[in-house]
Amino acid sequence: MNLLIGNIGHLSVIVAFAAALVAAYSYFQATRGRALGDDDTNWLRIARGAFFVHGAAVLTIIGCLFNIIQAHRYEYYYAWSHSSNHLPVEYMISCFWEGQEGSFLLWIFWHVVLGFFIIRFNRKWEAPVMAIFSGVQLFLVSMILGIVLGDVKIGSSPFILLRDFMTDLPVFKMNPDFVPKDGTGLNALLQNYWMVIHPPTLFLGFALTLVPFAFAIAGLWKRELTAWVKPALPWTLIGGGVLGVGVVMGAYWAYETLNFGGYWNWDPVENAVYIPWLVLVASLHGMVLWQKRRTGLRTSFALVVATFVLILYATFLTRSGVLGNASVHSFTDLGLSGQLFIYMAVFSVLAIALLVYRWKEIPISEKELTLYNPELWVFVGATVLCLGAFQVLFTTSIPVYNSFMGLLGVKTNVALPADQIAHYSKAQLWMGVGVALLSGIAQIMWWQRNDKTTLVNSLTAPTLLTLLGTALVVLLVRYNGLTISPAYVVLTLAGLFGVLANFGTIFTLLRRGVRLSGGAVAHLGIALMLLGVLASAGYSNIISRNVSGLLYSREFDESLNRDNVLLWRNETTTMQNYDLTYTGQFFDVPGVPGYVDKQFLFRTDDDYKALARSPIVAGGKTYYKTGDTVAIMPENTYYRINYKDRKTGDQFALYPRAQVNDEMGEGGLLASPAIKKFWGHDIYSHVSSVLDPRKDKQWSEEKDHVLAVGDTIFLNDYFAVFRAIEPAHETAGLNLQKGDLALQADMIVHGEKRQYHVHPVFVVRNRLVGRVPDEVDDLGVRLSLTNIDPTAGKFTFAVSTTQKDYVILKAMEKPFINLLWSGTLLMAFGFGLSVWQRGRKSSVADATEAASAAAPAHAGRPQPVS
Amino acid sequence: MKKSHLFVMAIIAVAAAIILSTTADASVYVGFGEARQRAAEGNTTKVHVVGKLPRDGQKRPIGLEYDPMKDASYFSFTLIDTLQVAQRVVYLEPKPQDFDASEQVVITGQMKGDVFLADKILLKCPSKYVKKDLDGATAAN
Repeated sequence: MNLLIGNIGHLSVIVAFAAALVAAYSYFQATRGRALGDDDTNWLRIARGAFFVHGAAVLTIIGCLFNIIQAHRYEYYYAWSHSSNHLPVEYMISCFWEGQEGSFLLWIFWHVVLGFFIIRFNRKWEAPVMAIFSGVQLFLVSMILGIVLGDVKIGSSPFILLRDFMTDLPVFKMNPDFVPKDGTGLNALLQNYWMVIHPPTLFLGFALTLVPFAFAIAGLWKRELTAWVKPALPWTLIGGGVLGVGVVMGAYWAYETLNFGGYWNWDPVENAVYIPWLVLVASLHGMVLWQKRRTGLRTSFALVVATFVLILYATFLTRSGVLGNASVHSFTDLGLSGQLFIYMAVFSVLAIALLVYRWKEIPISEKELTLYNPELWVFVGATVLCLGAFQVLFTTSIPVYNSFMGLLGVKTNVALPADQIAHYSKAQLWMGVGVALLSGIAQIMWWQRNDKTTLVNSLTAPTLLTLLGTALVVLLVRYNGLTISPAYVVLTLAGLFGVLANFGTIFTLLRRGVRLSGGAVAHLGIALMLLGVLASAGYSNIISRNVSGLLYSREFDESLNRDNVLLWRNETTTMQNYDLTYTGQFFDVPGVPGYVDKQFLFRTDDDYKALARSPIVAGGKTYYKTGDTVAIMPENTYYRINYKDRKTGDQFALYPRAQVNDEMGEGGLLASPAIKKFWGHDIYSHVSSVLDPRKDKQWSEEKDHVLAVGDTIFLNDYFAVFRAIEPAHETAGLNLQKGDLALQADMIVHGEKRQYHVHPVFVVRNRLVGRVPDEVDDLGVRLSLTNIDPTAGKFTFAVSTTQKDYVILKAMEKPFINLLWSGTLLMAFGFGLSVWQRGRKSSVADATEAASAAAPAHAGRPQPVS
Repeated sequence: MKKSHLFVMAIIAVAAAIILSTTADASVYVGFGEARQRAAEGNTTKVHVVGKLPRDGQKRPIGLEYDPMKDASYFSFTLIDTLQVAQRVVYLEPKPQDFDASEQVVITGQMKGDVFLADKILLKCPSKYVKKDLDGATAAN
């Protein structure tokens, strides 16, 4: 029992809360009634000090919580419910943010880091911007405050003790100092390296949306209606890149870990991040339009505010429990809905009210945009993004409508669309078309003077190539015996145009400086991502489809798809172009590359330890000798599936995984796929159902066979020879002592693939007879040596058989999915280039700022887009 | 009329189309009674049904039918909806591994003849949300 660390942690939470309050108030006072940059130095000093104290307190909270997890202090609920003794160190980090409190902390932490950057680099804007930052921190810290005032519980503390959380448990009545020996463990699905890096990326993206929001509100507040865009723009850029990468990381995690057969499931939790990202990217375009061409300021204001409000809404959606049945992976409801709602309402109402109040004062461009202005197309593109976001938002909010009507006393029963993928795709597809086409056109036009001739000249080549390429794609698709719908043709056309037009732009810009091409590179990445999504999702091919025509059910007339096959162990099944064989169950042994066959391991009473039955060799190196104790990870069983390409004869093995997960209830097994990557496609397989690895096998009644050495018998249809009887040696787990008599039989069983030595053991110790049976998992046979008649030279074997092992497998082919991932990398790289370009410019920009602000939109040489 | 007005009207039109399509695609939570009635009327929209599994004295679910050796992609069970109407449900996928322990089952799909053909099953398991049991908590140490 270590109460000190929790008390330090909880105290730090209270300090962080109080300091945020002081900082918010002091920053407010420092700038109240004064012009931007002309702050009251006394208040400013207090405010800055308070924010530093806040930052230090936040770091202390994180340190305390991490110590509780890392030192396995199970007297704390957080450690007990999110961690366990056997958890590898790297996943202790994931434990930290598995719970709501930890993820709030992560978010708070990034705000602190960003706040320090602003204090250091944006002195002029510090007071109003940091007043908003501190206000946000105040609300966020309140979520983990864990204080009860009267009947109202404010926040949920991560430092709550197990005994205070589960007060009803009888053990605490007997012994208040009871500490469990082990925790309940991290959700097995989160034991993945992406879960170490994805949440911090996502929350950094979330935190980054606060920066442009705070600048915009500061601009409205201080009547600096135009100047805020410049310091805020790099942050928006970084935010767009980070959040975009974060979203795709989540998608990649889902692809690798979950078994719904893809990377995106339109789950409300995924949507809750996707929506603000789309609007954030739209707002980025608005800000670039203002910064470079002096138009679209109102749009920028509206979209920057909308992005942050949507982040707040996403927080409310995923953490308040309002989604209920609609999501499989929203956070546990901590009863914070009221607090979350207040947080969302306060900032939304204040921001929108301030925006409406100043709306008329926000300058607009006098110039009417024509079709020859790239600004128009950028603007249309931003609108398309917002409409796409709107569709997802409107549908994802369906559970909210029910709750809202419930509050009004009306019972409604609207549910999310039954086929969500079809519902979202039909709008998102057209958004993709719009984005790809507009990004191509706008990028070309942005960098040149536009009239009819120049436009025709620059658009002809990409258009012709696009038409040619699309025709080729359609022909190739048809040639492969697949169909392509008109909508897919249009998306291919748009995607190819986006790729070619942006590629052309990059090529032209190379002469003018690579750094300028950030926007074109990012857009090229997006266009590639669209093509990758189209190919991999639109043409995902189920290899394991049952085409045998043998159906068990007679209830339906029409033939319905059967997407899973049963594979018997060591029997080869042909599916489309592949011969598939399931060849056994494997464990992951830390330190040994690859996987280790369960048949080489003898399980002991300790779940996490096994004895090697034969040398464990990988890549020519012996890792364990026979009889060594091997540390294993017993939750995960890997099912080895051999794939053999029937045309080329190439072979590879995949190891899809089933994970014992008691959190999902008893008997919970979670399947995760295994993926084989080729340059042009992925082969994706997961088990859909397996014989439960934890349940004891059901053995048939034993049958006795009396044999002499050299006799042959049939065991479960396999031919077997009783070769010899020999002294037992190195037998796993027997602990032979002096004076014991131990004999083992050597029986060779001829399986389909190979021969197996079976060694049932017969022990006499202190005149008591013991028998250790031996099994062949591959064949489902168990042998024990039950009796020895030395005079007649006869040996009695008891033979029993079990259900032969099988897996039910689903296998898919995902064509060109690498376009999606490489497109994402390009997009991130493009964002990076743009940030670099801005950073370079801003160091010389102060001198030229006045000039560029005064210049009309089309003066001189066109300027970089982002 | 100014071009910007046209543009705004186009946006409103698209937004309205989005709302309409969502309304058309949205499903509903119903009981089996209404699901049957809808099927009889020729309404083929898929519905959501929330229900529980019937269980015997040992809390084991009754009437699950899954034999992977005959057909790996055929699972059928009986579900009792919130209005206590029982219905045979067929799911043409392998049986979800944690099905037996689920406290509540949400299915989507539609009636086909005498059975409800489910294309999605969402399980709510008792311990998934808040952990209430403590293993080995009886051992006082």
